Amino acid sequence: MMRLRIVKRPPLPGWARIAIPVAAVVTTLLLSAIPILVAGANLWQSYYHLFRGALGTRFNLLETCVKASPLIFTGLAVAFAFRAKFWNIGAEGQLLAGALMATWIGIYWTWVPKFLLLPLIIVAGFLAGGAWAAVPALLKTRLRVDDVVSTLLLNYVMLHILGALLFGPLQQPGSSWPRSSEIMEAAKYPFLMIRSRFHLGIPLALVAVFVLWFINTKTVFGYQSKAVGVNLRAAGFGGISTTAVMMKTALLSGGLAGLAGVGELCALQYRLILDISPGYGYSGIVIAMLGGLHPVGVLFSALFFSVIIVGAQTMSRMTGVPSYIAEVVQGLALMVMLIFLLLTEYRIKVARK
Amino acid sequence: MTEASPPVVEMRGVTKRFLEVTANDAIDFTLYRGEICALLGENGAGKTTLMNILFGYYAADEGEILIKGEPAELGSPRDAITRGVGMIHQHFTLVPSQSVLENIIIGKSAGLFLDMAAAREKLIKLQRRFGLQVDPDALVWTLSVGEQQKVEILKALYRDVDILIMDEPTAVLAPVEVGDLFKTLKTLVEEGRSVVFISHKLNEVMEISDRILVLRRGRLVAERKTEATNTQELVNLMVGRDLLERIEKKPLALGEVVLEIRGLTVEDDKGLAAVKNLDLTVRSREIVGIAGVSGNGQTELSEALFGLRAPAAGTISLQGRLLAPGSPAAAIEAGMARIPEDRIETGLLMDLSVEENLILEKHAGDDFQSRGLLRFPSIHRFSEELVKRFSILTAGRDALVKSLSGGNLQKVILARELSGRTVLVVASQPTRGLDVGAMEYIHQRLLAEQERGSAVLLISEDLDEIFTVSDRMIVMYEGIIMGDVRTNEAVREQIGLWMTGVKA
Repeated sequence: MMRLRIVKRPPLPGWARIAIPVAAVVTTLLLSAIPILVAGANLWQSYYHLFRGALGTRFNLLETCVKASPLIFTGLAVAFAFRAKFWNIGAEGQLLAGALMATWIGIYWTWVPKFLLLPLIIVAGFLAGGAWAAVPALLKTRLRVDDVVSTLLLNYVMLHILGALLFGPLQQPGSSWPRSSEIMEAAKYPFLMIRSRFHLGIPLALVAVFVLWFINTKTVFGYQSKAVGVNLRAAGFGGISTTAVMMKTALLSGGLAGLAGVGELCALQYRLILDISPGYGYSGIVIAMLGGLHPVGVLFSALFFSVIIVGAQTMSRMTGVPSYIAEVVQGLALMVMLIFLLLTEYRIKVARK
Repeated sequence: MTEASPPVVEMRGVTKRFLEVTANDAIDFTLYRGEICALLGENGAGKTTLMNILFGYYAADEGEILIKGEPAELGSPRDAITRGVGMIHQHFTLVPSQSVLENIIIGKSAGLFLDMAAAREKLIKLQRRFGLQVDPDALVWTLSVGEQQKVEILKALYRDVDILIMDEPTAVLAPVEVGDLFKTLKTLVEEGRSVVFISHKLNEVMEISDRILVLRRGRLVAERKTEATNTQELVNLMVGRDLLERIEKKPLALGEVVLEIRGLTVEDDKGLAAVKNLDLTVRSREIVGIAGVSGNGQTELSEALFGLRAPAAGTISLQGRLLAPGSPAAAIEAGMARIPEDRIETGLLMDLSVEENLILEKHAGDDFQSRGLLRFPSIHRFSEELVKRFSILTAGRDALVKSLSGGNLQKVILARELSGRTVLVVASQPTRGLDVGAMEYIHQRLLAEQERGSAVLLISEDLDEIFTVSDRMIVMYEGIIMGDVRTNEAVREQIGLWMTGVKA
């Protein structure tokens, strides 16, 4: 008889940090073949159209970058929070908070000088996302409320606040749809390349990757945030003010998610609608895990998912596989990555008897 | 007990390697019916590994195992238990929020319905037979460590285990509880069961065992009948050289008062007063030892000093200045070097590097940062110097702390805590679980601090340690000081009475 056992394995060498996500991506693509085949499509054709649709033409390639911008922001948001063991499942709500703030300023703050409007919106959107993340962080540090539950549930609270506003004071006059008026011209992100939607939010996301890497590796706050994540009690014993670090971590995490919302609003939608985010906040969790909670890892995993999301459209058109396949791939990727992470600490051993 | 009886366990040529380290090197181990066999050796000698193999927790790379004469392929602890082998690890595997009875029947219940009444009856019978009195309905988290250990033993007996392995069972127990445990173990072997007793405490091994196997660096170096050996021989076998601790204490003149505790009351997690209106002063160049059975307020006292727990009443002052209550940062700032009893949970960031652990208390100081940016050149210089000065055995400053051995983990804490301006050292159980070599090193460091002019407060359950190191000793019992005596005038019998709450 054969039996499988799970046994602890020695720590993996450094290259494993890169090899594991790559292996997870490959495995995900292999597993994705099953739903594609079930949908009755030709496998090679499907993957061909998937990648061609995302990377094959200049327009598609730039569109993939457009998609990557919010995913990088939410991925960084979740990665930074998770590193400190602040289980922020609420990037979706923080994204919406950022978008809401951008809408409000973008429509009503007409007295602000034009050149100041966009910087102001970016800062305020960051703070709005941060403030929304500070709520569960406060509940966690003061009242020991479980952060997984509170951050998750606050997503729905924010969604309903948005709904109430869009059917009320924020609704576009004369419209019967839950949507706001358009923001001012000066509040819009500039497009950086002709004949594309390649906008300011994309370089901003790259800057955010660098800044977060810098914070993580070079600053006192980055060290403290990591220490709190590794062992809260020992960090406190060592004199670190763990509540202050947790609050700052939440603020930065929520702020990054808020910037995803600002970008979607000011670069693409121009007006607030209820489905401004197709779940970027939740995708951020998958991206952060696949990226090993490392900023550069997040960059690559966000790009991978943009390829899947953008490419799935083309694949769907050409082969008839529903574009929902993109979500299936995301789900698979998360599960595969979690299993792979388990396997970095443990290995499966075959025992014969 | 006699070797004429057939062996219940035979392990032949068992070898186990972890990466480059050979934890067990072709070990032959035999256990007979009705005996207590002690496995003796320093930390890392391979005692626990060998028994984990017998318990099916690890698979051996080479060698064979026979249990009751039959070859046994142990795929998991479950396989071992069905063959009657049970093991109680140092860290218990109980569910704190459930009752004793529930813990005991976990994983044992067959069928759809639980027959709690029958289970309770069986449990009570076992308790009577072996004198293991624990309330079956008590929730496990409310029990003392000693009682939890009884639950673990009952759990094994409930599964009809007749070969019981106990890994360092006394490490967490108070002296009184050790006596109870030994009585239980004796009853077990009288009934024809067998016990493997893993320890590195010589006195206990001499007291409880029938036969002793000594391991050193993964090899079996000796086997002795307990009545045919003595502690001195065992020490030599264990460490391979003569290493009974020899500490020289120089007579030192006491200096000014450094630590002054006035009317200190500290509550435990349940809100009960664990330290009651305690007064204590420690002077410069003085080592004060706090002895006592565990759970008499020592942990809460140390946590109040460390700043981990705000006292309910009273004050702590260092060099005449009041210490802000409940603030680790204030304690560090005042020059307190703190060695917590729980190295892994409180003292160290196990997933971070040696360097990141060494700078924990100083990273925000001007030496190591400017405007929020870490200054790596000086951080590297600092950590490399400490690794050298405290001879921390590590692959380098970037090695993860969790790759270090127990003694080196403690050295990382020592290095960090003693690297600053120290006026007071508070060490709580600093040598618990460490081998003789590491223990001696730590004692030397404490003495060096004393000579340098620090005050030292040593909280320990190891009475020998207190007798060896301290100048003055205090016995804590139920949160108060039962006795206070100069070490050279202390009488063990008197200390023992104080520890059990007898005031004489």
